Formats: sequence, structure tokens, C-alpha cells
Amino acid sequence: MKMLTTPRMERCIGCHSCSLACARLVHKRLSWDTAGIRIRTSGGLSTGFEARTCLACNPAPCAKACPTGAYSQRKGGGVIVRKKLCIRCGECAKACPVDAIYLDPTGEPFVCIHCGRCVPYCPHDCLEMEEVAVETAAGEKEEEVQS
Amino acid sequence: MIRDYFKVLTINLTSGQSSIIEVQGRNEVAGGSGLAAHLFAKYGQMNKPWDDPEQPLIFTIGPLTGYFPLMSKTVCAYKSPYHDQYAESHAGGRSALALRFADLDAVVITGKASKPVCISLGSRRIEIKEVHYLWGMDVYATGKYIRHMFRGSGHRSILRIGPAGEHGSPMACINADTYRHFGRLGGGAVMGMKNLKGISIRGDATFLLPENKDYPKLFEEVHKQLTDTDMMSKYHDLGTPINVIPLNKLKALPVRNLQQTSDPNIAGISGEKFAEVALLRNNACAGCPVGCIHIGFVRERFAEENRYLYRQVAYDHEPIFATGSMLGVLNCFKVLDIIDVVERMGLDVMSGGVALAWATEALEKGIVSEKETIIPLKFGDADGYKEAMIHLAMGTNEFYQTLSKGTMVAAERYNGKDFACVLGQEMAGYATGETFFTSQALGFRHSHLDSSGYSYDQKTEEKNAPKAADFLVKDEQGRVFLTSMLACLFARGVYNDELLGKCLNSVGYADLAGSISDVSRHIQKLRWRTRFATGFDPKSVSIPKRFTEIVTWKGAIDAEYLQTLKDEYSKRIIELGADNDKKAE
Repeated sequence: MKMLTTPRMERCIGCHSCSLACARLVHKRLSWDTAGIRIRTSGGLSTGFEARTCLACNPAPCAKACPTGAYSQRKGGGVIVRKKLCIRCGECAKACPVDAIYLDPTGEPFVCIHCGRCVPYCPHDCLEMEEVAVETAAGEKEEEVQS
Repeated sequence: MIRDYFKVLTINLTSGQSSIIEVQGRNEVAGGSGLAAHLFAKYGQMNKPWDDPEQPLIFTIGPLTGYFPLMSKTVCAYKSPYHDQYAESHAGGRSALALRFADLDAVVITGKASKPVCISLGSRRIEIKEVHYLWGMDVYATGKYIRHMFRGSGHRSILRIGPAGEHGSPMACINADTYRHFGRLGGGAVMGMKNLKGISIRGDATFLLPENKDYPKLFEEVHKQLTDTDMMSKYHDLGTPINVIPLNKLKALPVRNLQQTSDPNIAGISGEKFAEVALLRNNACAGCPVGCIHIGFVRERFAEENRYLYRQVAYDHEPIFATGSMLGVLNCFKVLDIIDVVERMGLDVMSGGVALAWATEALEKGIVSEKETIIPLKFGDADGYKEAMIHLAMGTNEFYQTLSKGTMVAAERYNGKDFACVLGQEMAGYATGETFFTSQALGFRHSHLDSSGYSYDQKTEEKNAPKAADFLVKDEQGRVFLTSMLACLFARGVYNDELLGKCLNSVGYADLAGSISDVSRHIQKLRWRTRFATGFDPKSVSIPKRFTEIVTWKGAIDAEYLQTLKDEYSKRIIELGADNDKKAE
């Protein structure tokens, strides 16, 4: 199981290519908000950039906070999201300790699914998919559901 | 496509009222440059002066903004304080994507606030906030306060002015997101006149993409082309200062008010030197993986003990030429020191540097004295220039007030026209020859980016005025379509008409995609018509004697050919501006 990491954010130039790629390829939107990774300054453009993205908590507080089962624990860390079950309550975003979940104006949550499709768009190699050890039962399959 | 018309936010600062209006004409004027001229025809007062409160300050983006890489620029249009005619200035930074995600194609600001204000806007907000306490603050401090006053870190753009704009200097820029600028032709003074200190644009809307596979596939192809080419590596690596050494070798770099075209010690301000000792990091405009913004550092010892502060200052070829070679300052840290002051004051760096270069020579020649210049200006004296930039921004005395209206205004007043390095406005950093001088002197924005005259000079030895004028007209037509999309011109080698057609098609602008040649010609004419309607007369443009006195790698400038080419290009521009194509009005 792989997870998205941001080990070299000091190199970030603030082009937002990662966010735009996630919105475009994963969520089929033109946006820098509805994305699993979002870039902001640390406190103005002279201070460099930070990434807001899922740290793949295990156990994930957002999954625990979700009242409908729309969020469930992803093996190795992070969450699997079944948006059909989501009632837009926003509890997931409230529970996230690092502000990684974006709620759009309708309350729809957007969180990283650790697919790595943003990684090749970063011109400075800030992002990396990292292998994490997962204890899986024989024959069990991971599922990533977005809608 | 998000919409087939233009969604425009109008804000009247006199009344405090704003409205969203639908403007038709997507298939005729596209966006960006075309839309700006279209809106100026609607809101601009052709016969009233630039500082009439009714005059609009217009910001536009294009149909491809945000959809593809390097579609990352914004056009700002206004009646210019510099020449009291219609003008455009372009900037990168974040404003293009912020406007896209604020769900607006354009913002038109009219009127004049009774007290200093900031505007905060987004897809779900419009607020005009009284900010008298920011008046007088420099560009950096203003940016910091606005950042705290309004939400949206990372996904917004902050446009603001410094003291130069507040004082109505025609050399005042609008700073965009700290490191970029709507630099030329006095946009900052237009904001100042309106008592508008800053604009915060929050991009907080989302759009569904076309339900086809063409768009993401094409995006992938475009992204690959833009990031793989050698051309882009130039901007990614040393950035535009890569030009300093080659231009110096060609004897085509303006040095010491263009008294020289090269200097043996130029290595001190080369792109290579900056990268080696002063480059701190890079930055990008939103939506651009190239990241051409080069940020250097200066540190200052402010106490006898080892106590230092440091500042981050963006640099490019043009600021380096204007505050470096043109002023005889050939140390990269001293250049950054001067740029830093210029940034704080909110001056256009090219105008400011060239103006002080003229003032220095004027002092040398004795046509002005220290009574006027206050500072004993001397080529190479960076500390003196730092102080002089503040005088220029603040309009400390009559001399600096006159100089800030334009080097030629001061040159006429003090009788120093022959050595004023003015080509429509203060020259850009290329002394390549007749084609470039003509191109900037007569070009729509008086910019080195109106068309690549400097490149034409380097590629041809031929002195064929009709052919060169043909090139300038054709090149401008291609560029005006790019600046209507709205692409960064650094991507011009990739975004040819064929690719732009594919891009437009993939996001639903099929009609526009099928008529690029007609639309670009129409926009080109519309812009010139607008310029003429506000008083432009190409025949009145003169090229000062200094430009005919220089020697480049080709030898001496051919003054006769320069005049012939200027006459020929003037004729073409007059034809372009003729009132014979009004289909979009």
C-alpha cells in the first residue's frame, strides 16, 4: 500500500499544479480547492509554501467521526470514501487535525485518496508515493471509491 | 466552457455600488486583451482625461485561463497617466487563477472612493473596506496587512499600490502578489486616483470539466510540451537574466544611459552571477509549472554588532538592466538593493531606472544641478540611486515631479531630449537595432513584448522596411491572440494557433477555435482603434538621437533606415486603426 507524502515542500514554488491535477483527474473539476492536496503560503509569499493533505492517520479520526460510514479506515492509513453515503455533515473536516479535508460550499468533502496522480505534475519533485506496511488478510482487496 | 458570454463585475467606488453584468462578444473578442478593449469601449471616456473618476480600471482573463498550463496572466487596461491614452499592462502572479475561481471574466472599477479603500472580492463576496490607515504604507507592509484583513491564504491574489501610486506618479505600478507587477504606463496612479489601495481576489469557486477524454489528454500533451522544451528550461534555469551576457557580447545591452552597449565588467550582474551568489529560491505564477520567478536576497547589517536583516527581492533581465547596467551598477547585491527600494515605493522599475540614468547624464552635462537632483547622482553609486528612487516616487521637488511624468517630459523641460532613452516610454533592456527601436517606440504597449523586434534584429541583416513592418504586424497579431487567451508570452513557442484551436475546442469554444485568424486580426484592430480614439498619433512619435549614436555587433545604427522603418510601421498601424472593421461593436 502506498501513501502520498510531501517530503520536499521546501522546494515548492506555489504553481498549484498538484491541486489542479487532483481536481482535474480525480474529481473531474477545474479547481484548486476540490482537491486532496492544496497549497497555501506559510504566512505570505516570502515565507514559502505548505501542503494541506492527508497524513494517512491510522486510525483516522475523520473515519471515526463520520456518522454514516461514508468514511472508512484505509489499510495502511488514510480513508476510503463512499460519497453516496455522505450526508454533508462536515464532521470529517472538523475531526481532521491537520485541515486536510476541504468542504465545498455544499458541504461535500474532498480528501486525498493516496492515488499519486498529482505526483508527476510537481516540477520540483516535492511529492512522493511512499510504501507503507499493511497487514492484509489473504485475498482481501483495497477499494477506493469516490462517488 | 464555463459560459459563452462574459461575466463582469462592475464596482463604482463613488457610490459603493457593484453589479454583475453579462457582456456578449465571446466569439468576437475572446477575452484578455480583446475583452479589455471591448469593455473600455463600453465604460471608458475617450475624450476625458485619465484622472476623471469615471474612467475605468479593467482587469480581464481569457477563455483558457486555468484550463491549461501557463494560461496564467491577467490584462489590466486603463487610460494611462503616462500618455493619457488607452493602455494595457499585463501581470502574472495569482490574479488570473484567482479571477477564474472568483467566477469572473472581468472586473471593471469606476468612480473614486471618498477615503482610501480596499476591495475584497470572490465568487461569493464583494466588500469595499475603508482603510485610511494603510495610506502611505509601502507595498510590502500593505500586502501584509491586507493578507490579515481578508481570508483565503494561498488561493487568492493581492494587488496593491505603494507611495508612487498614491502620489499619482505615471511611473507607478500595481504590485501583484509581491513578486509580479502590472508595471508599465502608470496603472498604480489609476488606483491611487481612485483612492484604491488594494484589491484582494479570492478564488473560491469550482467548475465541472467537460465530460470527455479529450481535455485531460490534451492537457497532458500541452504540459509535456511546455515542460520538456529547451525554451522553457531557459526560464526555469537562469531565468530571463540569461540574456545579460549574450546581449553584452552583441554590444546590445544598454549601459550608462545607453552611452555604451557593453561593459567589460558585466559579469557582476549576469544571470550566472545572480544564480551563483544571490539566488534564494524560485516562485511560480499559479498554474505555471515552469516557475520563472527568481528571488534573490539582500542582507543588511543594521547594528555595529553582528545584527542583520534580510530581504527577498525578485529579479529578471529588465530590472537588472534598468537598475544595473543602465545605472552603471555592476554588483548583483547592489542591484537587488535598488530593486528592493523600487518595489517598496511601488514604482515601475524599468521607467525608474531609465529616468535616473537620464538624470545622471543630465547632471554630468550640467543641464541640471544638485539643486534639482538633491542627490549627487553618479553612475555606479547604488546608495545614491536608492535615495533618488524614493524622491522619484514621492515627488519630493519639482524636478522629481516632472521626471516621474516621464523622462521625455523632464527632457523637454530641461532641454535634454537627445539623450532621453525613451521609445514611447522608457526603453526596455535591448539595444539590438532599428527593428526593436521602431517596435517599442510605436508598439501598442511600448513594450519589448508587443512583438519580437529584438529577435528580428538578431536574425536578419536585411534592411527591408516593408518586410520588417510586415513581420511586426504579423507578430503582434499572434501575440494579441495569446494575450486574449490569456497565455504567458514565454509559452509562445508552444501555443501556436493550431494548438490553441485544439485547446479551445477541448473546453467547448469551437466557434472561437475555428476563427483564430479572423478574431486575432479583429482584436488587433480593435485595440489600435481604441488607442487612436484616445489620441494616439504614430507620426508624432520620435526616436531620440541617442538611439542613432550607438554601435552594436552590426555596426553603427543606420538612422536613415530607422526613419524609413518607423514611417513604414506608422503607416501600417494607421491602417490597422482605420475605422473599417466594427463587427463586434
